[in-house]
Amino acid sequence: MAQERQHIFDKPKNVRRLLWTFYLACALLLAADFIYHRHVIHDWESLWGFYALFGFSACVSLVLIAKQLRRILMRPENYYDE
Amino acid sequence: MTSSVPPFVVFFAAALLAAMLPGRSRIIVLVLAPLVSGFQLIEVPEGLRVTVPVMGYELTPYRVDRLSLLFGYVFNLAAFLGIVFSLHVRDRWQHVAGLFYAGSAVGAVLAGDLVTFFVFWEIAAISSAVLIWARRTPASLAAGLRYLVIQFSSGLLLLAGMLIRFHETGSLSFDYIGLAGVSGWLLFLAFGIKCAFPLLHNWMTDAYPEATPTGAVFLSAFTTKAAVYALARGFPGTDLLIYIGALMTCFPIFYAVIENDLRRVLSYSIINQLGFMVCGVGIGTALAINGAVSHAFSHVIYKGLLFMAMGAVLHMTGKIKGTELGGLYKTMPITTGLCIVGACSISAFPLFSGFVSKSMVMAAALQEGYKGIWLALLLASAGVFHHAGIKIPFFAFFASDSGIRIREPPWNMLLAMAVAAVLCVFIGVYPWLLYSLLPFPVAYSPYTGTHVIAQLQLLFFAALAFAWLKLSGLYPPEIRAVNIDAEWVYRRLAPRALRRAMGAALALHLRLQMGFLRRLGTVIGTLFLYYGPQGILARTWATGSMVLWVVILLGIYLIAYYY
Repeated sequence: MAQERQHIFDKPKNVRRLLWTFYLACALLLAADFIYHRHVIHDWESLWGFYALFGFSACVSLVLIAKQLRRILMRPENYYDE
Repeated sequence: MTSSVPPFVVFFAAALLAAMLPGRSRIIVLVLAPLVSGFQLIEVPEGLRVTVPVMGYELTPYRVDRLSLLFGYVFNLAAFLGIVFSLHVRDRWQHVAGLFYAGSAVGAVLAGDLVTFFVFWEIAAISSAVLIWARRTPASLAAGLRYLVIQFSSGLLLLAGMLIRFHETGSLSFDYIGLAGVSGWLLFLAFGIKCAFPLLHNWMTDAYPEATPTGAVFLSAFTTKAAVYALARGFPGTDLLIYIGALMTCFPIFYAVIENDLRRVLSYSIINQLGFMVCGVGIGTALAINGAVSHAFSHVIYKGLLFMAMGAVLHMTGKIKGTELGGLYKTMPITTGLCIVGACSISAFPLFSGFVSKSMVMAAALQEGYKGIWLALLLASAGVFHHAGIKIPFFAFFASDSGIRIREPPWNMLLAMAVAAVLCVFIGVYPWLLYSLLPFPVAYSPYTGTHVIAQLQLLFFAALAFAWLKLSGLYPPEIRAVNIDAEWVYRRLAPRALRRAMGAALALHLRLQMGFLRRLGTVIGTLFLYYGPQGILARTWATGSMVLWVVILLGIYLIAYYY
């Protein structure tokens, strides 16, 4: 059988490129807060980097809490079958 | 003039035809049904009410206003997408059930009175259960039964609420209801079950993942959105809905992160998205209702797209668990791309449909001063991106290579997904058409610099959190397991308790029986002692002693008589 074709993310270099592009985009978006004045309704919104920090911390806590919830909620796959 | 034919008639007639016609001609009927019905809806004049006297009561089986019309449009669209997606299916009954289901959903939102609404509510329950059973596995059979029981209990509450309401007000019309009185609460609960209120939600996360790959696409569109319609019709501005909605957006995201079955992840994210709509209905301002309704519209399409993408994966690989999939982008690049469009839409990326609809609800929450609610919705927005936007495409198509090399799905599946994807982008890029169909005039503009930058910051940094957790190994791995949810009460606790109660009853019964038998044995023994062959009373007695006893008795009698 012929050697399987290499796909785009098989090369670690491509994955690294994608990640660095992504990090750059994040940095640019955060930097936008220096330049652009967001029109806000709520006080918290006007805090520097509010949305970025909120998005990051919300997701980290979401995942870490969910991970702990597994201790309470997780059961074997055939739990209901017996 | 044909424009007076209610759409459900078109669907039901097509369903009956599809039940009889063979292969090719059935496909024509299937595709034509939503087109003809949709055309009827475009032609129909707004404000139309068709009333029919039935046994002395005036029923309104067909009412057209802006609210019902919008849901009618999107249900037709969903029916069309679902039908095209399932054209390859060789199972006639799935097609028939799909048509009945779509027809009853369209019928329900266009119903002007509660009786008609109830009838469609029940037809939808039965026909949708067929789409679960059609998978023909023991798991789907059981899940379908549980599903149907809960759907019927919603129907019963609706029936009871309707009858009490008729008794109280003398009216059957389906307009503003409100939480006043028993009937209001019964109807609220009936809609709440179908809208997957917290703790009443499990029928969905239990049954949808067990449906056929194509059936789940139908299921994701109709039942819950018909419930959103019912709430928007009957309970706009009900404060309680704001808090219920916020809870609905937040709790499923935790489950979705640790769930392995990717269609169950999508089911949890339906609840999350419904939460935004319920919240909007609860806030009840023009902006909020517009947001709720337009979000329902875009949701039906992008959620359908995501269910189609996962259905295509399940159809082609036979697998749907995160642990078993990965690396599919290598041989399914088109499906991958279309799935990512759905993922971007549900995550509300600018230029995709979720962005222009969800934000109206959030803006309304802020405007009305619900700061806590707004924060909860913001958390849920980041959360939905996390599980539906990243997790679904990542674990199915990228992640670690599962070694599965499978072709793209059949052309009809690709076509349906492509149409849905185009609609997602169209609504996102050009929201004004959707806005012009909303119940209230729209003064909202989604594409302001603030909104775009804020949303991009939120989403990119949520993605950054995912990347960091994944790269640092903190991200919880996919595990083959089930997570217990409220269904635990009726799938584990109740059966266990019942079994234990039955066991205790049986033990008591046995003890009583044993005790009775022992007592009976003693009685029989005693009787045997006195009356048995050797018993004192069974002995033969001498004639002389008998005569003596008779004389004594007669003597006593004589003395007694003398006195």
